[in-house]
Amino acid sequence: MSTHVSVDVTVNGARYRREVEPRLLLSDFLRQDLGLTGTHVGCEHGVCGACTILFDGEPARACIMLAVQADGHDIRTVESLASPGGDLNPLQAAFKSAHGLQCGFCTPGMLMTLTAFLRDNPNPDESQIRDSISANLCRCTGYQHIVHAVQIAAGSRPPGD
Amino acid sequence: MLTGRAMFVDDVNLPGMLHVAFVRSMNAHGTLKSVDVEAARAHAGVVAVYTAEDLGDYSKPAPLLVNPPPIPGHVFHACTPLPLAKDKVRYVGEPIAMIVALSRYVAEDALADVVVDIDPIEAVVDLEAAMAPGAPLVHPHLESNAAAHVVQRKGDYATARAAADVLIKRRFLYDRGVAAAIENRAVAVEWNARAEEMTIWDTTQAPIPIRNGLAKMLGLLESQVRVVAPFVGGGFGPKIMMFYPEELLLPWAAMLLERPLKWTEDRQENFYATTQERGQVHESEMALSRDGRILGVRDWFLCDTGAYDPYGLTIPINTQCTLLGPYDIPNYDTEFTSVFTNKPIVTPVRGAGRQHGVFVSERLLDIAARELGIDRVEIRKRNLLGPDRFPHNHEIMFQDSAPLVYDSGDYLPTLEQAADLIGYERFIREDQPRLRAEGRKVGVGIACYVEGTGIGPYEGARVTVEPSGTVRVATGVGTQGQGHFTVLAQIVADALGVGVEDVRVVTGDTREFHWGTGTFASRGAVVAGSACHAAATSVRGKILDLASVVLGVPADRLELGGGRVKIAGAADNGIAFGYLAGRANPLRGAVRPGTEPGLESTAYFGPDRGSTASGVHAMIVEVDPETANVKIQRYLVVHDCGTIINPLLVEGQIHGGVAHGIGNAFFESLVYDGQAQLLNASFMDYLLPTATDVPSIETAHRETPSPFNVLGLKGVGEAGCIPTGAVFAQAVEDALGADPRIEIREIPMSPNRLFELIEEARKS
Repeated sequence: MSTHVSVDVTVNGARYRREVEPRLLLSDFLRQDLGLTGTHVGCEHGVCGACTILFDGEPARACIMLAVQADGHDIRTVESLASPGGDLNPLQAAFKSAHGLQCGFCTPGMLMTLTAFLRDNPNPDESQIRDSISANLCRCTGYQHIVHAVQIAAGSRPPGD
Repeated sequence: MLTGRAMFVDDVNLPGMLHVAFVRSMNAHGTLKSVDVEAARAHAGVVAVYTAEDLGDYSKPAPLLVNPPPIPGHVFHACTPLPLAKDKVRYVGEPIAMIVALSRYVAEDALADVVVDIDPIEAVVDLEAAMAPGAPLVHPHLESNAAAHVVQRKGDYATARAAADVLIKRRFLYDRGVAAAIENRAVAVEWNARAEEMTIWDTTQAPIPIRNGLAKMLGLLESQVRVVAPFVGGGFGPKIMMFYPEELLLPWAAMLLERPLKWTEDRQENFYATTQERGQVHESEMALSRDGRILGVRDWFLCDTGAYDPYGLTIPINTQCTLLGPYDIPNYDTEFTSVFTNKPIVTPVRGAGRQHGVFVSERLLDIAARELGIDRVEIRKRNLLGPDRFPHNHEIMFQDSAPLVYDSGDYLPTLEQAADLIGYERFIREDQPRLRAEGRKVGVGIACYVEGTGIGPYEGARVTVEPSGTVRVATGVGTQGQGHFTVLAQIVADALGVGVEDVRVVTGDTREFHWGTGTFASRGAVVAGSACHAAATSVRGKILDLASVVLGVPADRLELGGGRVKIAGAADNGIAFGYLAGRANPLRGAVRPGTEPGLESTAYFGPDRGSTASGVHAMIVEVDPETANVKIQRYLVVHDCGTIINPLLVEGQIHGGVAHGIGNAFFESLVYDGQAQLLNASFMDYLLPTATDVPSIETAHRETPSPFNVLGLKGVGEAGCIPTGAVFAQAVEDALGADPRIEIREIPMSPNRLFELIEEARKS
């Protein structure tokens, strides 16, 4: 059980080498071993999407992956979005101005899902936006202000509208 | 929160921290014969295992949180749980043993080593079966499974009934589900044995009562215990439930082991171990005159309270009171029996029983309208309380032990505006006939509600101007994303004359502020907001007094703005608040008699009773005739929560509430089998509404200020989800052609269930 396996992974541009139990979840590895607690865990069965990260650039659920699967891969978490000085990126700023978050627990997963979505679909319409976050659960907002935030980030809605 | 730096409870990691997992009952009902933990104790990496026996004197029933209101003749049997089950288990998920280990992984490994011997007893599942003679008893010391019985009466229903032209009598079922905050519950504890100080990070909506209660139970001074509710990932009710077993046991074990401990609930546990809200069965009758005026209502219902009833009667009394809605109902007989079952404990979830009451009265009105041939909007108009009827005393008692008195309201314009904005007349006259001719099943629904909000007992706030000029606000209410930071900052900024960005709000940390109750009943902005306003107003007075001395002019010649005070009309900028804050706290020189150091005040607000918000929801739906799937084409909310502090935040609260209501109406259902095993304890099987299920919600604001607080505030946190089931049922019925054979008398109404109703009607 306690045989450890070596993991060599790049997270937010920094390279980490760690010895981990093969059964260690990637979400626990990020949160506990690396201290990157911005990635949240809401269901541990891959449904709620709070733990969404970018795995080699594509959205993935860190709670249903093992840390060892990340060996040799590139991961980005919510901590990578703002500038090192703390300035919000345009998507984060849009979430702030549109009241796109309430409790903030689903927000990291939303942001990572949408980061990849907007990269691939820079000019989405509302139904595409709703579709893109339809696998990320939010209990607070009713999604409407999140949709507005994405529209602001995509330039199809003025900030503060 | 946007950068990933905000701290939630599970983010607390301390050196030497141990991790906890719980052995939980797999049986809903049974005799607990033995718990063998020897193998678990021997498991490598396990530090301790505790059962009820190991707790000694600490094994006591949890306190009753809310005493029943003093309604004459009421019966209430308080049955609260032990931290760890002893002798008997009463629901699946009830904690039996606690395992402390080096990691959560090891703690969960050791769960399998615990041998629990339970002799099963037939489970009490269905409410009516629970009350049948000979039913197995959840609490054998009682004569039946009745947890409570309450009758409230207003006027004389029997006489009203005798005088009625029409009686509408129906049976209704209204079920609810889990709160499903995306963050599960968590508790982290650090006991500093040298300083004899305890810090508890807790996903609670009520950090101050948790601190006070734990201090008492642990034999510590309140000042030795600090409870922090940091960022909390959604509350919606169950996080107000106090003294969950995990909250009681981790601090106790941390003192014993002198190690920091953490437990974080997983999603499956959340379906069992966190409280939820469930069903009621109503037998209801409305007596009306031929012209559609309500002469009276009689309502009798059973209410599921689960295995224990620590939260008293809040839910069923909310149901009783909210059933009256915005209507003039002169005669009202209402009676309920709260029922113990072998299911998880029921405590308020957003709406807290109000949905059930609104569903009953709105459905009765819809059926009456159909039978009397009166339009649905018209029958409501005829029964609304007019603006000259406030304050309106309904002559029954509300959950806060105060008489149910509506403070203010302006209901008719709200209904008219909603009907106008949804295009009710045009839809009925033009759109619907045209679309029906094309074979499409479209319908409109419109329903009214009120919500008692902002109840006592009280909240407090401390406002401090720091020498830097920053204004610090501390209050006791926890926050779970409602926007308290923004709203409270706005109130203080406006009262003092500083920018919102210069106000820093701290909530939910007992070290910062330790008087208050918590966040529930849509009361944060109303009660804590009023306290902030009072404290800021007091600080404003201190600023004026001191500035008057410094500038040598009477206070009434001074004006405040931009964080500065100046002589009215003077050309200069005056003096900064920060400078005055320094002057008010000198290193030398005495404080003048009758003054206090600093520019700081603490104030409290305790309303005698709550303020009543109101609104109207309307929706247009289309039902797929083959699949019975319902598509919401439009959803409109016209609401009145008194003075609006921040429209964007109000809309956020409404959107979230409506989404929750849509889930309740259509998707969310806790499915228990005949032995009270929950069959859908995951987000795979318990469906929360997603971004493609919730439509864009149109909102319109009206403002009828409350006379019960200076700012005229009413709460808004729960309003969005209260009438959703009622308006959904009405709209779907209308879409199906207002066919008297299809009456929706139950919620949730899944596509499957709706399909069945349509088929039954077709065959009849």
